[in-house]
Amino acid sequence: MAKLHVTTTVNGEEVEFLCDAQDSMLDVLRGPLGLTGSKEGCGSGDCGACSITVDGRLVCSCLMLAAEAQGHSIGTIEGMAQGDRLHPLQEKFIELAALQCGICTPGFLVAAKALLDRNTNPTETEVRYWLAGNLCRCTGYDKIIRAVMDVAADMRKGVAA
Amino acid sequence: MSDIRYVAAESLDEAVKAMLAAGGQGKILAGGTDLLVQMRSGAQNPGTIVDVKKIDEVMQIVELPDGGFRIGAAVSGAVIGEHKSLSAAWPGVVEAINLIGSKQVQGRASAGGNLCNSSPAADSVPALVAAGAKVTIQGPNGRREIPVEAFPTGPGRNCLQPGELVVSLTLPARQPGSGDAYLRLIPRTEMDIAVVGLGVSLTMKDGVCTAARVGLGAVAPTVLLVEDAAKALIGSKLDDAALEQAAAACSAACKPINDKRGTIAYRTKIAGVLLKRATAIAARRATSNVPGGMH
Repeated sequence: MAKLHVTTTVNGEEVEFLCDAQDSMLDVLRGPLGLTGSKEGCGSGDCGACSITVDGRLVCSCLMLAAEAQGHSIGTIEGMAQGDRLHPLQEKFIELAALQCGICTPGFLVAAKALLDRNTNPTETEVRYWLAGNLCRCTGYDKIIRAVMDVAADMRKGVAA
Repeated sequence: MSDIRYVAAESLDEAVKAMLAAGGQGKILAGGTDLLVQMRSGAQNPGTIVDVKKIDEVMQIVELPDGGFRIGAAVSGAVIGEHKSLSAAWPGVVEAINLIGSKQVQGRASAGGNLCNSSPAADSVPALVAAGAKVTIQGPNGRREIPVEAFPTGPGRNCLQPGELVVSLTLPARQPGSGDAYLRLIPRTEMDIAVVGLGVSLTMKDGVCTAARVGLGAVAPTVLLVEDAAKALIGSKLDDAALEQAAAACSAACKPINDKRGTIAYRTKIAGVLLKRATAIAARRATSNVPGGMH
């Protein structure tokens, strides 16, 4: 069967790719598009390591067909830093050592940004529930939660963008 | 090389035609949070995937002139949760849908998909059954509408005929003094499958329950409408005797399996416990939903 031709926007840039019907968005991001920041942990929507946004909405890229990207706007971890300038969440994750092996980190960052884009004043409970779909087997989560809460506080003070 | 076809249907007619042309090998794609997992595990090997998310009617929430709501089958849980008047009228239905999976899953998963996947433990279905929701189905012979409880026919099975697909779910107009609630028991706080799920919708007038429906999930091959529980509540002041009788009716309706999530005895007992707790929440909402009532 012929490949499907898809035109979409990834991190603000228009891109085109060819895919098979059953290819996931994650397959295409990591393969043809060379964007390997999104990780495959489980392939079943349980771990959140492949988190991306579609039209601003947080989703697992392993649970989306690449063909569905046609005409939509995809956001990945690669679009988070502005050139060499890290996003405040990325800065804070480093500062507070909110990562160890790092496999889950892109997913946590994309998911946390999606939360703070909607709500800069979340409670700790809200942060924990929001990130319940992101699994980390290293940190025990506390440092991650603290980093997100700290960035939210900085955003409220106007010190973080 | 792929043998699978992907069709992004632009209309319901096109989707029906694509499903018929697939000759029993077609699968509808809404949020895909079940379908993609099933394809990866080999549980589903569709010949044609028919994406319905380009069809307006399955992607919209419409407030009906009579005060009811029509929820497009593929509207995501996240969009449903952000709909203010729907959440105000049917908080139990919205909570049930929003309990499915993580925020990432909520970004895609739909009530229509939850129904079509036809798991006995589907979170949204007991709440929809309690709400008296109707399913609108489109197929080669036109449209039909059935109650939600008539839709699933067994674990993973439903009443859809070849070429048919679910278009929307319709919630009826809300009477003053009405409230609903959904509770599920899971061994953890998030991201799990219901051991028991129970939805209640009721209407209160002058302290007396005048209408009630109870939907019960994860304790039988399909989600159940428990009419005996509703009968025990209707006409009562939701006193202890009525609640005990309704709880006993829920336990009596259980035909559960033993599995790693819960034993038959545990599920049967919990069904009654959830009835009492969900009824208390629904009653509180009902009495705060009366002009001049508690707020």
